[in-house]
Amino acid sequence: MSITKFQTIESTAVPLPIENVDTDQIIPARFLKATTRDGFGENLFRDWRFDKTGRPIEDFVLNRKIYSGSILVAGKNFGSGSSREHAAWAIFDYGFKVVVSSFFADIFKNNALNNGLLPVQVPESFLSTLFRALEQDAATLIRVDLEKQDITLAASGQSESFDINPYKKECLLHGYDDIDFLLSIKDKIIQFEKSRS
Amino acid sequence: MAGKTLFDKIWDQHVVEEIKGGPSVLYIDRHLVHEVTSPQAFSGIEKRGIRLFRPEKTVATPDHNVPTQDQHLSIRDELSRFQVNKLTENCKKHGVTLYGLNHPYHGIVHVIGPELGLTQPGLTMVCGDSHTSTHGALGTVAFGIGTSEVEMVLATQCILQPKPRKMRITVDGKLSTGVTAKDVVLYIISKISASGGTGYFIEYAGSAIRSLSMEGRMTICNMSIESGARGGLIAPDETTFEYLKGREFTPAGADFDRAVERWRLLKSDNDAVFDKELHFNAADIEPMITYGTNPGMGAKIKDRIPALEEIDPAARESFKKSLAYMDFEAGSPIAGRKVDYIFVGSCTNGRMEDLREVAGFVRGKQKAAHVTAWIVPGSKQVEEQAHREGITAILEAAGFKLRQPGCSACLAMNDDKVPEGMLAVATSNRNFEGRQGPGSRTMLASPLTAAAAAVTGKVTDPRTLL
Repeated sequence: MSITKFQTIESTAVPLPIENVDTDQIIPARFLKATTRDGFGENLFRDWRFDKTGRPIEDFVLNRKIYSGSILVAGKNFGSGSSREHAAWAIFDYGFKVVVSSFFADIFKNNALNNGLLPVQVPESFLSTLFRALEQDAATLIRVDLEKQDITLAASGQSESFDINPYKKECLLHGYDDIDFLLSIKDKIIQFEKSRS
Repeated sequence: MAGKTLFDKIWDQHVVEEIKGGPSVLYIDRHLVHEVTSPQAFSGIEKRGIRLFRPEKTVATPDHNVPTQDQHLSIRDELSRFQVNKLTENCKKHGVTLYGLNHPYHGIVHVIGPELGLTQPGLTMVCGDSHTSTHGALGTVAFGIGTSEVEMVLATQCILQPKPRKMRITVDGKLSTGVTAKDVVLYIISKISASGGTGYFIEYAGSAIRSLSMEGRMTICNMSIESGARGGLIAPDETTFEYLKGREFTPAGADFDRAVERWRLLKSDNDAVFDKELHFNAADIEPMITYGTNPGMGAKIKDRIPALEEIDPAARESFKKSLAYMDFEAGSPIAGRKVDYIFVGSCTNGRMEDLREVAGFVRGKQKAAHVTAWIVPGSKQVEEQAHREGITAILEAAGFKLRQPGCSACLAMNDDKVPEGMLAVATSNRNFEGRQGPGSRTMLASPLTAAAAAVTGKVTDPRTLL
């Protein structure tokens, strides 16, 4: 099996300049009762996006027509809270391929990488630059190149590099799946078990 | 060469292989499973056409969705019932031990692990739930994982994990009366913030930590994830061995003595080097409560909410948003606010000691008339023992009712929801927006502080009533 390959993306972006966006906001607990991985995008940021009657809340960024694209730019400490992978599924299912922040929660980062969603961690100053650019012009294009590990504001050429674990980079570039890898070394795992007993 | 930390010792013993430039292949000794994060993992291995690799190392229980009343009846909520039934089917099909509803061992996954002796020093444990960090209290490397990783463990008993950095938090001194483990951990998180532990695995040390009971230590490790850390860990000692002795899955007789000999070696070497060290004084810690919408936004009950000027300029927008949600004013006193709900329970504070603490406090007192109080045991065994010890009777005399075990209002996936706009003092671990139901407002605190709020009907320093 495989995950979706990721190489380069050039897209407009959606700014969410809020810190500590936790997994309960990304996908509230009441939507975790599904037993498949599909359809979580519908309820992404449910309680920020819709009022009690289900009407879109106009000033929430996902409802502002001027913003769209496959890149979500968010404040510091994104994805804190639960280990629920549903958060990564919801973001991906909605159509985002990249989340940019100055800081990610660990489990969220792992979950994202395991599902073909690329977390791009940038310095605080570059994050501010992105927010400013998006505020001034919602049509701002951002390019994310996984091979080169950089993120660039297309118009100005301002660029910043980002880190990614080399193994995870290979997996994303080629759409490899961790479980296939683990299954391929099953003999070693059995050997390891024997050595401990 | 510098010595090894406790974390390194356990981790290194479980590495099957290091991937060059990548994560380690880490062997997992025990895998705990619940109904919310497992169905997609079970269907994943079925799609691959493979069987569970080591079903005997996996134990399952439904906890997030279960009702806390009338558990002998079928679950009313259709989706919850479906999810719980799915777990039952998956366990049956794949040969996994399940402690289902009404089983004597049923309960919150992180309460039953230690209680049954499934959690033991030196093991690696995972579960598709961030509060797996709880088990670290027994000297176990335990952490929460996502569903893809649950599938990895089902398929191979291993996961791919980058090794976290190590932090040691030392709390020395003696805790004052009325100050509990929950206050210690809320204090630590208020000092280091909800992201201060990110990237680290924390070892807790120092005389104040040593003096805590096993259950208090679980509360501390449980909340490690709320500082962003992958997990928390406390070196096993006599308290740990005493706690484990005679439990269902703990080795017995001579095997137990041999296990204790091994467990005694599990501690950080004197010359071990941590990536980060923090020190706190027990004497500085007082009863704590949160006022915002993440667990790092906490303060002493007697204090005020910080004024806007006291907040780092970069964080002011988030601070304002948080207070607007809570309907609180910057700079206002924390104590004295009217409370609508109290919730004592969850994997943070749903254990025997927590129930005893509440019962001891409310004995001879009455709950305020306007307060709805939910007291939810963490497991069937806790529930039974509460009946045996007369705790149920004490609670009832004070106007409370002991419910049945489950995660309950900690994340409100069952019917236990705090209504919109209502204010709850909760012993659970998260105060995120809508955590206890859409529009609900949560202040996190210790069982003692929750009990004081129930009795007075407002946020109260429990020491004023001791």
